[in-house]
Amino acid sequence: MLGIDQKNILKRIRGRVLLNNVLKGLFFASTTIGLIFLALLLYRILTQGIGYLNSGFITSFPAPYPEEAGIFAGLIGSLLMIAIVAPVAIILGVGTAIFLEEYAYKNRWTKFIQINIQNLAGVPSIVYGLLGLTFFVYMLRLGYTLLAGGLTMSLLVLPVIVVAAQEAIRSVPSDIKEASYGMGASKWQTIRRVILPAALPGILTGTILALSRAIGETAPLIIVGAATALYTLPDSLLSKYTVMPIQIFNWTGRPQEEWQFVAAAGILVLLIVLLFMNAIAVFIRNKFQKRY
Amino acid sequence: MKNFKNFALLSSLVLMLGVLAACGGQSGGAENGGSKDSLSGSISIDGSSTVFPIMEALTYEYNKKHPEVNVSVNASGSGGGFKKFTKGETDFSNASRPIKEEEKQAAEKNGVKYKELEIAKDGLSIVVSKQNDFVNKLSVEQLQKIFTDGNGATKWSDINPEWPDETIKIYSPGHDSGTFDYFNEVVLQDKPMKEGENTTLSEDDNVLVRGIESDPNAIGFFGYAYYKENEDSLKVLGIKDGEGKAVKPTPETIQDGSYTPFSRPLFTYVNMKSYKEKEQVRDFTEYMLKNAGKAAEQVGYVALPEEKYQEQLDALKPEAK
Repeated sequence: MLGIDQKNILKRIRGRVLLNNVLKGLFFASTTIGLIFLALLLYRILTQGIGYLNSGFITSFPAPYPEEAGIFAGLIGSLLMIAIVAPVAIILGVGTAIFLEEYAYKNRWTKFIQINIQNLAGVPSIVYGLLGLTFFVYMLRLGYTLLAGGLTMSLLVLPVIVVAAQEAIRSVPSDIKEASYGMGASKWQTIRRVILPAALPGILTGTILALSRAIGETAPLIIVGAATALYTLPDSLLSKYTVMPIQIFNWTGRPQEEWQFVAAAGILVLLIVLLFMNAIAVFIRNKFQKRY
Repeated sequence: MKNFKNFALLSSLVLMLGVLAACGGQSGGAENGGSKDSLSGSISIDGSSTVFPIMEALTYEYNKKHPEVNVSVNASGSGGGFKKFTKGETDFSNASRPIKEEEKQAAEKNGVKYKELEIAKDGLSIVVSKQNDFVNKLSVEQLQKIFTDGNGATKWSDINPEWPDETIKIYSPGHDSGTFDYFNEVVLQDKPMKEGENTTLSEDDNVLVRGIESDPNAIGFFGYAYYKENEDSLKVLGIKDGEGKAVKPTPETIQDGSYTPFSRPLFTYVNMKSYKEKEQVRDFTEYMLKNAGKAAEQVGYVALPEEKYQEQLDALKPEAK
């Protein structure tokens, strides 16, 4: 029998328990700090904006008086833009991810593409605005329209979706892929019936992040010509449009104090739309989630 | 597997709905409103964010009168506005400074003819904090000394020996703004402004206001409306131009121009091709010149003397046909 030195073990355990507690405290503090700032932000926005947030605010067009100003044009514009960004960015993004993960040969070339996509996710958004201006507005002659704005935003969020979808596809266990091949399924059948369903939750998480970014961006849309004041709703893909962040940005810059409250009300509407979008995505994700 | 099929069905439904919503009615409006009894077509306005509130007030009322006319107002800045305007993409371009030489050349190259319309005035206000008890007025030369780089004056005592031995903190709008352009023209005269840790630049004038009000050694400048809203915490300085007396900005001194050189005009430029060919542009121009004074005062700027608007209106009339 080996002699167990109780004393020594106790001494060592004390150190480990201490370290454990210190780390626990550290992680708890990180979470709390984030939450405190979030709560402060929400509190400030709520107390400032709630007074101006009413049905009139949601259904009115911009006006020169703070009490009459509304976000209707921006709200509809933002929703229509998401209706363009979501299909374009998801189809292109997930398609790219499937190709890179499942079809492309793993060589230096794909690695090079890979790194570039990851870098694109960090390019300042204004650069995408300039790209959209030269390519969609001028070269494709789309003009300063909803379609040009939506396509520009699709490009902006594409890298985020590609990277997230790749990560999700890669994390599908190879046993089930091989099982599918073993049963005689073709590559496409495997992708459609095995890989995509398994990767769906991860892809959706990336999509939520991407669309949240698209709905909150201002700078690139100013470049591609989103209006600040508009009294009609877009009636086609080639109409003029405005979006919520541009209206909010305009209100925050005004000298009169009441406009700050109008801006806060606008931020509240934006947050509500964002929450609603995320709720839909979480619902879909939970419904189709399957863990391996 | 079945789940995924359901999902695919669901998502394609959502997509289709989205596309349908986005496409709803490809009709669009006729570009040139022609019929006599009601105006239609579109008017596109871009340019200075300083002028934007006046334009918003004008287009808001105009839209009530003529709901069939599609008006859009952008605010991509005086320079950004001219970039589009000189290509003939917009009908009006707002500016808080006159059109620049290179912008004139661009317009000429693209065959864009335009007319400058003065719609209101603003007093570029030079302010310090209410806590500052030593400065009440400055001459333009002193301003040059304070703001331009390389003259060695970094403390208030360098400007006037009676003033405290404290570093001057500068708050200025960003270099892209029309407001900075105007200040550059009358004070800096294209010499570089002081930079570094004692200079704060911001595109948001409210940030400048917050910075100046809490620091007795700070000085900065922005539009009169921002001073007026923060009168309680800011002190506006009288400005002495040359041999004259120091004048503070008030609606009167801004309007009659005695607040020199900082009583600055706010412009909009109208594309003469649009003016001639589009009835709605002609109609809006007339509406604008008749109501700009009221709109300007409503949003915190200063109206021009009444006859100025009439003069500009009369000058435009012969161009109509």
